[in-house]
Amino acid sequence: MSLTEKIPQSRIRNFAIIAHIDHGKSTLADRLIETCGGLEKREMKEQILDNMDIERERGITIKAQTVRLNWKGPDGEIYQLNLMDTPGHVDFSYEVSRSLASCEGALLVVDASQGVEAQTLANVYQALDNNLEIIPVINKIDLPAADVDRAKQQIEDVIGLDASNAVAVSGKTGLNITDLLDAIVTRLPAPTGDPAAPTKALLVDSWYDSYLGVVILVRVIDGTLKKGQKVRFMNTAATREVDRVGIFTPKHILLDQLGPGEMGFITAGIKEISETKVGDTITDEKHQTVKALPGFKPSVPMVFCSLFPVDSSEFEKLRESLARLALNDASLHYEAESSQALGMGFRCGFLGLLHMEIIQERMEREFNLDLIPTAPSVVYKVYKTDGTMQEVYNPVDLPDMARIEKIEEPWIKATILTPDEYLGSLLQLCQERRGEQLNLSYVGNRAMLEYRLPLNEIVFDFYDRLKSISRGYASFDYHLDKFMEGDLVRMDILVNQESVDALAMIVHRSQSDRRGRHLCERLKDLIPRQLFKVAIQAAIGGKVIAREDLSALRKDVTARCYGGDVTRKRKLLDKQKEGKKKMRQYGNVDIPQSAFIAALKMGDE
Amino acid sequence: MSFGIYVHWPYCVSKCPYCDYNAHVATHIDQARWRRAYERELRTVYDLTGPRLVDTVFFGGGTPSLMDPETVHHVLNVIQNLWGMSAVYEVTLEANPTTVDSLKFKAFRDCGVNRISLGVQSLIEQDLTFLGRNHDVDQAKKAIHLAQDIFPRMSFDVIYGRPAQTESSWERELDIILDLMAGHVSLYQLTIEEGTPLYLHHARGDFTALPNADIDRLYDLTHEIMTAHGYSNYEVSSFCKPGEESRHNLIYWRYHDYAGIGPGAHGRLQTHGKFITTRAHRAPDIWLERVEKDGHGYHPFINLTSRERLEEAVMMGLRLEEGIELERLKSLAQTQDPLNKERIKALISEGLLHDDPQSLRVTKAGRKCLNAVIAWVLQ
Repeated sequence: MSLTEKIPQSRIRNFAIIAHIDHGKSTLADRLIETCGGLEKREMKEQILDNMDIERERGITIKAQTVRLNWKGPDGEIYQLNLMDTPGHVDFSYEVSRSLASCEGALLVVDASQGVEAQTLANVYQALDNNLEIIPVINKIDLPAADVDRAKQQIEDVIGLDASNAVAVSGKTGLNITDLLDAIVTRLPAPTGDPAAPTKALLVDSWYDSYLGVVILVRVIDGTLKKGQKVRFMNTAATREVDRVGIFTPKHILLDQLGPGEMGFITAGIKEISETKVGDTITDEKHQTVKALPGFKPSVPMVFCSLFPVDSSEFEKLRESLARLALNDASLHYEAESSQALGMGFRCGFLGLLHMEIIQERMEREFNLDLIPTAPSVVYKVYKTDGTMQEVYNPVDLPDMARIEKIEEPWIKATILTPDEYLGSLLQLCQERRGEQLNLSYVGNRAMLEYRLPLNEIVFDFYDRLKSISRGYASFDYHLDKFMEGDLVRMDILVNQESVDALAMIVHRSQSDRRGRHLCERLKDLIPRQLFKVAIQAAIGGKVIAREDLSALRKDVTARCYGGDVTRKRKLLDKQKEGKKKMRQYGNVDIPQSAFIAALKMGDE
Repeated sequence: MSFGIYVHWPYCVSKCPYCDYNAHVATHIDQARWRRAYERELRTVYDLTGPRLVDTVFFGGGTPSLMDPETVHHVLNVIQNLWGMSAVYEVTLEANPTTVDSLKFKAFRDCGVNRISLGVQSLIEQDLTFLGRNHDVDQAKKAIHLAQDIFPRMSFDVIYGRPAQTESSWERELDIILDLMAGHVSLYQLTIEEGTPLYLHHARGDFTALPNADIDRLYDLTHEIMTAHGYSNYEVSSFCKPGEESRHNLIYWRYHDYAGIGPGAHGRLQTHGKFITTRAHRAPDIWLERVEKDGHGYHPFINLTSRERLEEAVMMGLRLEEGIELERLKSLAQTQDPLNKERIKALISEGLLHDDPQSLRVTKAGRKCLNAVIAWVLQ
């Protein structure tokens, strides 16, 4: 039976896969596609749904994908399965939420040797909130360290989900994949759309394709979506004609229509993704549905950093690259800024740290840009004495302290799962970072910690510290809690009395001494000795809180004569000049850009 | 403007492990062929410079004392016939203080060489071994005495900053140097240059280089002892009694004109109102072939901008105690404001430059961080 053939709604199953990074989600998806014959073996490559190089290499999924599969169930009937591949990381929980909203069921994939991780929790709870039926799947049972019973126990203890009928599989070897497919058919509910009602479809995602234009991923709820149909996007109030309707198998296949309960894509002559709003309701222009779908909260960037090209002549290239990435990533925000220390660049907003890292990596990889990222920071709500509120996402924009009534900073709720032996050190880390403990419980030999923490303490180097303290065993997840007032100050770094804008930061007063001292000590090691003494200071307002002096260079000559070969000397000078291009002058001092970069890169220890 | 000619002889009997100069070891050398090649290249250079007097000639290498005196004689004859020598000309030849080479001193003197520069390098036996020299201390002393008898002026080179060298041992060695020397000595620091056997030995950990702090102290000690004995440290690594300066090297440091003859030689010349840099092919065999075919072994000439000439003049001139006259810098740069005044002021107040309205001159402190001072001044 062909994938394009009409199948009654009662034999459609829409499901997502929820898994922690590295728990084998994409490999499992590959195996499901292969087992259902979606692709010939020779067409299979690993992680077929992860289109971007970066997704394959880092083993993560960033964008949502769908694929339609056919499977003959135990009752001998052919079922239509629509698999929704979703990102696993917290930064993309927004993308996860809309993927889940378009499904009736979900596979919860847990690595048989690793057990449940913190990131999985948040996504499972989202699925439960969406009333999804969940099938626990224990993956990687081919591994010697696999412990299916322990993984089941954890699913019950940590998540509180009945795992007695969990399906144990190996995505790698294909073991028990048919059992899993049967479970999807028998245990997940069918969609229950009304075929006679006016067209109602959920805009799940959209992306730009250079050949097709903007491609819109849809889930039809009621009615049908047809080629040539005039449709209305209820939220943006735009009317368009559907020019293509199709599905992914995962190859594109064009159809005439999509019926209730089905997933697929449409194109409608749209040129920019900004014209589409994720979560929007698509309906027939003439016979509109009465009630639009609830939609989604727009994603808000929470983590900010500035990106500067190492080679200042690449500023325009950086602008183009950001624009290109933003084409398919509505959550990437950017605006031009100018720094005395680092030249022209962009202040960028990201969903979280991973999102930031991925964007930086894609810029360097896909656009061949050499970038200097500044230290990440967060957005602050600054209430001024004149009664207005200003959102500050760059420390240099913080108004004068005299004009500030109070500053609020974002706090998060964090869940940390860790082997017992690292608990003490992790508690200390959370305390140092101004954390408030909410809960501490045990699941077998693992501790589950819940903390409230200020986001600005997290973005700096919390994740790296957590991983190094726990030798990589602790997992961490967070979601935004709320903004709260804090005793926050702007700390400036001064080199010979001149402030280095790229190093300014907003910190909690209790952390300022430690951070200021560290940064000064570090800069002292990073700045090459100069002909003049260099004073490196950290200051809050006019008050110096830390100082390091770099003594003057008084010996660098080697008494050797090169005869008439001035060229040798020239080379030395040219080398110095080449270096100077990347120098910034502070009073009498030339500081190599590399010193700032190194200062920005290093963690807090 | 003085005019000097540098003649490069690229051969040595053996190559010293620290040397990164253009020096080669060859079993058979056709001296007649070299004579012809030198003559042809000299004639080409004459066509560039036109008539003017030659103030200095310097035979460098390699080991020029391996040249047949006849070859030296021929080169000097050609120069005399093309340009002519100025009244106070200086002809220097670098020589190794081996017995064999010393035997030729008289013959070199008879061809017109009036100054000799000996590569003594050390007066401690085991350090000569470390430096891979093919002479011993006794031979060196004898060569110095012989050279003083034969040549009106002479100098020798010593390398310090050797592994495990202490202040007291260097002090004793300097005493011997002061006893032996007549007028001029060059005291260099050992540098471990990439691409040399010494670099490899060092990288392999065969020896431990003297720490920079220790070299600094030896540098200070050298200056202190030499000046206390009335020698002027007229250039970073050169010491002499008045009038004993190397006139040829002064041409480089004062950034006057010089021609480079022979493989790998560099020159700075004025031709038809333009300032050019010349650089010859380094490989002796290729250089010979090129000269025989084209009349010279030069790579394409490079024209220097006035800014580049200013930079070179500063790089060279600040090595000298006398510094560079500001008028000279203005004329080189073709502007009244060749250097950043604020930057100069900063160095003066830091005590690194003399507050001299006529000249740009480094102080003793400034000379010790000369590379940084040069970079700062030219920024």
